[in-house]
Order: sequence, then structure tokens, then C-alpha cells
Amino acid sequence: MRAAGMTAAAVRAALRRIAATTFVSLVLAFFALPMLWLASAPFDADPRINVSLPSFTLANFRVLMDDPYALRSLRNSAVLAAGTAAVVVVSAALAAYALSRVRLPGRDVLLYLLLLLSSIITGTAAMVPIFLLATQLHLVDSHLGVVLVLSGGLLPTAIFLLKDFTDATPASYEEAARVFGASPLQTLRHVVVPVIRPGLAMVGIWTVAQVWGDFLMPFLLLRDPDKAPASVIMYTFYTEGGQPDLALIGAFSLLYSVPVVAMYLLVSRRYGFRFHGGIKR
Amino acid sequence: MTGVELSALTKDYPGGVRAVDGLDLAVPDGAFFALLGPSGCGKTTLLRTVAGLETATSGTVRIGDRDVTRLPPGRRDVGMVFQDYALFPHMTVADNIAYPLRIKKAGKAERHAAAARVAASLGLADLLGRRPAELSGGQQQRVALARAMAARPKVFLLDEPLSNLDARLRLEARTFLKKLQHELGVTTLFVTHDQAEALAMADLIAVMEAGRIRQLGTPAEVFRRPANLFVASFIGSTPMNLVDARVVDGLVEAAGARLPSPVRVVGDEAGESLVYGVRPEYLDFSPVPVDGAFHGRVVVVENLGTSSLTTLETGGGVLVHVVVPEDAEPRPGDEGWAVPRPGRSLLYRGGELMTDDVAAAA
Repeated sequence: MRAAGMTAAAVRAALRRIAATTFVSLVLAFFALPMLWLASAPFDADPRINVSLPSFTLANFRVLMDDPYALRSLRNSAVLAAGTAAVVVVSAALAAYALSRVRLPGRDVLLYLLLLLSSIITGTAAMVPIFLLATQLHLVDSHLGVVLVLSGGLLPTAIFLLKDFTDATPASYEEAARVFGASPLQTLRHVVVPVIRPGLAMVGIWTVAQVWGDFLMPFLLLRDPDKAPASVIMYTFYTEGGQPDLALIGAFSLLYSVPVVAMYLLVSRRYGFRFHGGIKR
Repeated sequence: MTGVELSALTKDYPGGVRAVDGLDLAVPDGAFFALLGPSGCGKTTLLRTVAGLETATSGTVRIGDRDVTRLPPGRRDVGMVFQDYALFPHMTVADNIAYPLRIKKAGKAERHAAAARVAASLGLADLLGRRPAELSGGQQQRVALARAMAARPKVFLLDEPLSNLDARLRLEARTFLKKLQHELGVTTLFVTHDQAEALAMADLIAVMEAGRIRQLGTPAEVFRRPANLFVASFIGSTPMNLVDARVVDGLVEAAGARLPSPVRVVGDEAGESLVYGVRPEYLDFSPVPVDGAFHGRVVVVENLGTSSLTTLETGGGVLVHVVVPEDAEPRPGDEGWAVPRPGRSLLYRGGELMTDDVAAAA
């Protein structure tokens, strides 16, 4: 009797585990499928919206190389991302440093308001005014225009993120530099930037990833397909029949994601640590 | 050569806090000078004003024969060691020490030679390639010292130099700092809240309270003859006995005891309320009745190692502390008498020390 009871309990426990494992596997499969598609479709002679063992080919990439816009759009993406990252990192570093060192009435409210507004600036709601503004300033169809608008949208968050790093840096580092005669710029270059470098790297990567994936602003502000970044160009890959060209889209998607992943790996290896010590707590 | 002279120095912070209040101070050339006081007394602000990290609201700061009141810190020729050391974490020990020379645009070879020389003199020669995070607290402190020394400043400023070291290391560092300062002979100001540290290291001590200097003197003067009740209660590892007293028939009556007066009293003090002060170390304990002594019952005996701090409760409920040498300790509940040693007791009127001159003038 007791043996039977124990067997029943063991069976129940086993069943429960099987059910849980099956559920987790299903969820995982659901999220893994697009990844698998991204891995297989680019090398498939005839990709569809399903995952299958590809009949291996590199022809899709050859077609892509022949496309006049594909490679250039990746370069455009790189230009936009690098430009925005440069503007954002430099301005955010200066602003965050100043905000954490200078006592300003209403500083936190200001930051919070900026943070709230920033989601509107690059959002759909401000689409029309931004387009009109860019037209007035002759910034339509120029990379500079896109860089400036994107920077404006990303800066508040970047400042917010960086201010955490500058706040955590003791002021006595800078005072030490000052006592030994360093000018403010020297202090910034020799001491502050190296100490908050991981923060700068983090904000840089984040900006590049944001710009790389952004569709709306370049789509809106760039008329000439020669200047369009990859995210916009991908939208134009149709077959003559008006169907999405899955072979091209698959191959292009892979090329499109590789740089961002590579950058993450590289930068996190190079800067993925923080200097510490030299301050006795 | 290079003393430091402050005159009528005042520092107000926004919000109406007056950290330093019209302070005059002359630090002689080559002195090892302590700014001592409880936290919030303005001693660190004073040091930072000398460094130039704070600008004086009014008054002047002179270093040597130069008025540096309006000069930025880098042009005052001072070397500073911060309480948290503030070593640059991304630079090696060598680069940290050489940093002041880098700012002075010395060549790389010259810089490193100088850093190596200073490091060797502080026993840091083997650590030049390390980063601050790889050093112990004592080593970090010496690197901070070496960095302050590298540019051969005219004045050293040390902000709580020992407060971040553990107790044993602190004693070592104390001896080390004192020896170093005597060898270099450079005028050195240091800030501390620890009276034992100030007594042990300094040639001269300025005791501060609420932005003002309450007494300036050698450690012996400050310890033996505190100029006022604030200094009297602040200085000394075991607090001084300060007992309300009055003059009766030329004798001082305090806590039920009639004691010989340490100063000549001419009579106009009669009835006035005074304070009689004597350090526990300057009282001799006796288990048998003695004339001119505090009398009471032993309530607590605290072991100090080679002696014991004994607390007597006198008839009026006033507590008197006595340091009793080893092997002579009474037991709680015993009766005891405490005799002040001649010339070691003090009398305060209105919070200020009475001297014979004052008594004669009065």
C-alpha cells in the first residue's frame, strides 16, 4: 500500500517535471525561431517564412553585392551612428560633469523633464514639426540633420546615464589635480575622462545601437536613397511581383546585425571593467 | 624662509554658515603644525583655504613672502595629501608620483627619475609599476605623500593623514611622518580631530572651536596649561577633572575638599563661581586620609594597562577621576583620597585660565 503510494508520488513528480520542461522548451523555441531563420535563410536558395534545412548557397550574398544600395546603406548607417555617438558622448560627458559638480537650483527637475521630453522628440508625435523645422534649416536630405535630431533625442538619457558615473567619482581626484596645478581641461583629460571611461564607452555603444536600429528619422529626413541607412533600405527589398524578397532580406539582415554584435563584444572586452582604488573609503 | 601667515581670515559658505571666523595665525618656517578640533570646527576648511581649494571670503593668506589669497591652488607651491588619498586609479604609482611634474611640463625621463628618487626615499621603489588598487592602505598613504613631495613644494598640507589607517599602522605612520618632516624641514600643516595624534606629532598645535583658535601652543603647553575650559576638556586621553569651585579663606573649595589655590587669590574672587581643573594623571591616590585631598568612595576601576583609571564619588555626588599605578589599585566600594600634585592644578574663571598676572592685576 505504502509502496504504491510512493510510486504514485514519484510518477506525479516526474509528470510535473515533464510538463514544466515541455513548456519552457516551447517558449524557448518560439523566441529562438527568428534567430534560426536569420541563421538559415541567408544561405537558402529559396527561403520562406519557415525554418528548414537550407539547400546551401551563397548566391544570396552575390545578389546583395550587386544591389547598388545595399552596401552603401551599411556605410551610411555607420556614418550616422558614428556621428551621433560622437556628438552624444562629447556633449553628454560635458553636461553630466557640469551637472554633477555645479550646484544648480532645480537641477533634478530639469533632468527629469528633459528625460520625459526626449521620448517625444524622436517619437512619432513630433514627426511633422521636426520635418518642417529641418526643411526651414535646409537640413532635409543631409546626414547632419539626422545626426542632430537623433542626438537631441538621445542626449537626455545619455546625460542621465553618465551623471551616475560622474556622481560616483569623488571630487578629491579633481582637487588633487588642481592642487598640483592642472587646468580645468587638463583635469578633465588626465583624470575625469579616464576614470569615467567605462561610462563613456557604455553610452557610446548604446547610442550606436539606437541609431543603427532607428527607422523613422532617417526615413523621414532622407529623400535620396543613396543616403539612406540600412534600416531604411531593407524596407525596399521587394521582388518584381511586389512580394518581400526573402532571400535578399535574410542575407541583408545577417550583414546588418553582425556589426552591432561585433561592437558589443569588442568594446566590452576593451572597456568592460572599471578602474577602482586610490580612494580609501 | 617659508612660513604661512593668515590674517583676519574669514570663510562663509552660502547659507550663512561661517566656517572660519576672522582668524589670525602665523605658522613659523619648518614647523610641524597641527590644526586640532572637533568635527565641524572649520579646521578642514582652513586647510583647504590655505591650499586654494576654497576662496577666502575676506582676509589674506601669505605663504613665504607672497600674498596668495587670490591665486589658484596650482600656483601656491603647496603639496597636499587628501584624507582619502585621491590617487588616480588609472595611473601607476610612478605616474601618480610624477603627475605634478607632468603638469610642470618636465620631460618623461626627468619625471620618472624624480618619481623613482622620491619613491625610493619612502620605501616604495618596488611598487612603481602597480596601480593604487593593488596597494595596502599604508602604501597608498605613502604614495600620496610621495606625490605631494615630488614637485618640492614650500608647504605640505595633510588632511587627516592618519584617519584611514588601522590602529597599529597609525602608530607606525605617526613616527614615520614625524621623522620625515624633521628630515625634510618643510613647513607642514595637518588637520586632525585626534588630540593624541596632535600631541604626538606636532611642534605647535592650534586648538580650534567654531571657526576660531582657542589656544596656540606647544603640545606641552596645551596639555599642561589649557587656556580655557574648551581646550581643557578636549585635550587628554582621559578627560581632565573640572570641578565647580569657590574661594574660601584663600583656599579653593571644590567637591567638599579644601585645596591650596594654584594661583594667588586676593579675595575679590570670594563667592564667585570658578572651575578647578586637574588631570587624573596629576592626582595621587591614597587609601588613608590626607589633608587637601578629594575624598570619596571608589565606584569604578578601569584598567589602562600599566595603570588604572579610578573613579571616586565624592560626598556631593561629583565624580573625580584618578590614575592609579599598577599594584596599588583600590577595589570598588573602598574609601579613597586624591591629592593634586603641586603646580599641576588649574583654576578657571569665566571659562578662562587664571594666571598670577591676572590675579595680581585684579
